[in-house]
Amino acid sequence: MPKQNKGMRPFWSGTISFGLVTIPVAMYPATRSAQALSLRMLSPDGTPLSRIYVCPDHDEPVDADEIVRGYETEDGRYVRVEDEELERLAPEKSRDIDLRQFVDRDQIPLLYFDRLYFLAPASESTKAYRLLAESLEDRRTAGIATFVLRGNEHVVAILSEGGVLRAQLLRFEDEVRSPVSIGMGEPEQANKRDVDALRKIIRGRTRKDLDEEALVDETAEKLRQVAAEKAKAGKDVVKQGSRKRRRGTGEDVEVIDLVQVLQRSLKGKKKRRGRELSQEPKDVLYEKAQDLGIRGRSSMSKTELAEAIERATA
Amino acid sequence: MAQSIFNGTLRLGEHAVAVKLYSAVEDRRVHFRLLHAVDGVPVRQRMVHPDSGDEVPRDEVVRGYESEAGMVMLRDEELEIVTPARSRDMEIEYFVDPERVDLAWYQRPYYLGPGGDPGAYAALCSALRAENKLGIVRWVMRKKVYHGALRSLDDHLLLVSLRFRHEVVPADGLPAPSGRELTKREREMARQLVSMLEGDLDLGAFEDEYRERVLSLIRAKAEGRAPELPKAKRKRKAGGLANALSASIEKAKERKVA
Repeated sequence: MPKQNKGMRPFWSGTISFGLVTIPVAMYPATRSAQALSLRMLSPDGTPLSRIYVCPDHDEPVDADEIVRGYETEDGRYVRVEDEELERLAPEKSRDIDLRQFVDRDQIPLLYFDRLYFLAPASESTKAYRLLAESLEDRRTAGIATFVLRGNEHVVAILSEGGVLRAQLLRFEDEVRSPVSIGMGEPEQANKRDVDALRKIIRGRTRKDLDEEALVDETAEKLRQVAAEKAKAGKDVVKQGSRKRRRGTGEDVEVIDLVQVLQRSLKGKKKRRGRELSQEPKDVLYEKAQDLGIRGRSSMSKTELAEAIERATA
Repeated sequence: MAQSIFNGTLRLGEHAVAVKLYSAVEDRRVHFRLLHAVDGVPVRQRMVHPDSGDEVPRDEVVRGYESEAGMVMLRDEELEIVTPARSRDMEIEYFVDPERVDLAWYQRPYYLGPGGDPGAYAALCSALRAENKLGIVRWVMRKKVYHGALRSLDDHLLLVSLRFRHEVVPADGLPAPSGRELTKREREMARQLVSMLEGDLDLGAFEDEYRERVLSLIRAKAEGRAPELPKAKRKRKAGGLANALSASIEKAKERKVA
């Protein structure tokens, strides 16, 4: 059942810098890696099992505070690494994506594209956002930068599609294999008659769009059916009793929630706190007033501008 | 020669092309094992009954589906029935223009190398390139049904697995942010700035520095040396748009001249 998740926070918040222009944005994932159906592991009596860690030498369970991370070196030894050390090495979380280079987006090889995120404007004024989006989309350009997301540094390509900015994470060069590195040899020369025959078939079977309806997890659906029928018939059903049902993790947010949050963010339905407005410089307030089409703005003082904006966005 | 993940046969009408599947990406992440702090021995995972603490062997574990009525236990035979039959067939169901498939659908890329007749492989590759189309493929691998987009990449075939519908936010449903009309001057300045910063892409210039630092730390520890620490980063301020754009263009001009 889709949950109402109005309060869902963005995956990342920060700014995109484009020259000296900063565009406040909120980033949301375009995809969720989620199982269509997750099954529990049970004992033969129907009790959900617990996962424990055991030291094979002592054959005893170990607690979380008795466990450390280790890296296996080439000679089979383990080097201990503390969480604290990794934290100190971790790059500082980015607040800004600084676009210093723009490239023809068709120059980015397909294999480099990794995860995709959508960006929604996070300020009242959408002007800078729209300017960047338009500039990128018109000439099929991408802005390239590096930034830190969740403790990892990534190369990112900022693109625009249909007026919506996207952050496409890119892989590092050593993460992409080439046909040569795999050992795929030199290709053969193709027979023209064979090629023509295949081309004809391709043309005959071309459709306009991707069949999204077909991209469903058939196995999960079949299983769900089987389980539903058994539940209805009361077959092999174990009541859970006092045991709590396991709750989903934060990652189990459904795509439908994401769509709602994204749509709201992109339409700009946000409440603005009055106190923040009066702390902004006058030229920023003037711009907001311009955006909102507030009349008489050129003769207003800073306070008057703040008040007018408040009223207009209430 | 890399190890192939799967050997299959692409099918299109009566045409059959034997292929071998290889991962097109390399996992370079630093992987750790969990060790027992006291003796440095890697720990093992066990699934146990929460009451007794006894391990339940793998072949006695039952899968359960949580429903409103309670936990539904699923028998092995029931799971078997819904599991797709093993097959080498990779059916090319239809073709579509690459532009019509949003990158959000793309999951994992694989190279397909010839697994039999190299002539048949070459012909399919040439035909796909000439028509500039993606072939949508359905196949079974690792007991699961996969869908993928087949395309030519120079003289080789690339197959990118596609995500399920429930995993993707449809981009065409998203409204573009709106606001007051952008002025000609603003558009001009933005375009100027973008074109001044335009250049050729050099992805080789980027490195996963965090990964390198972690590996350095590990090397240092393995050799009994002390590791190092990185520096902190600066911040940035905002201002009025038009002024900022002008200032940016001036700065970019200076940089070009220098």
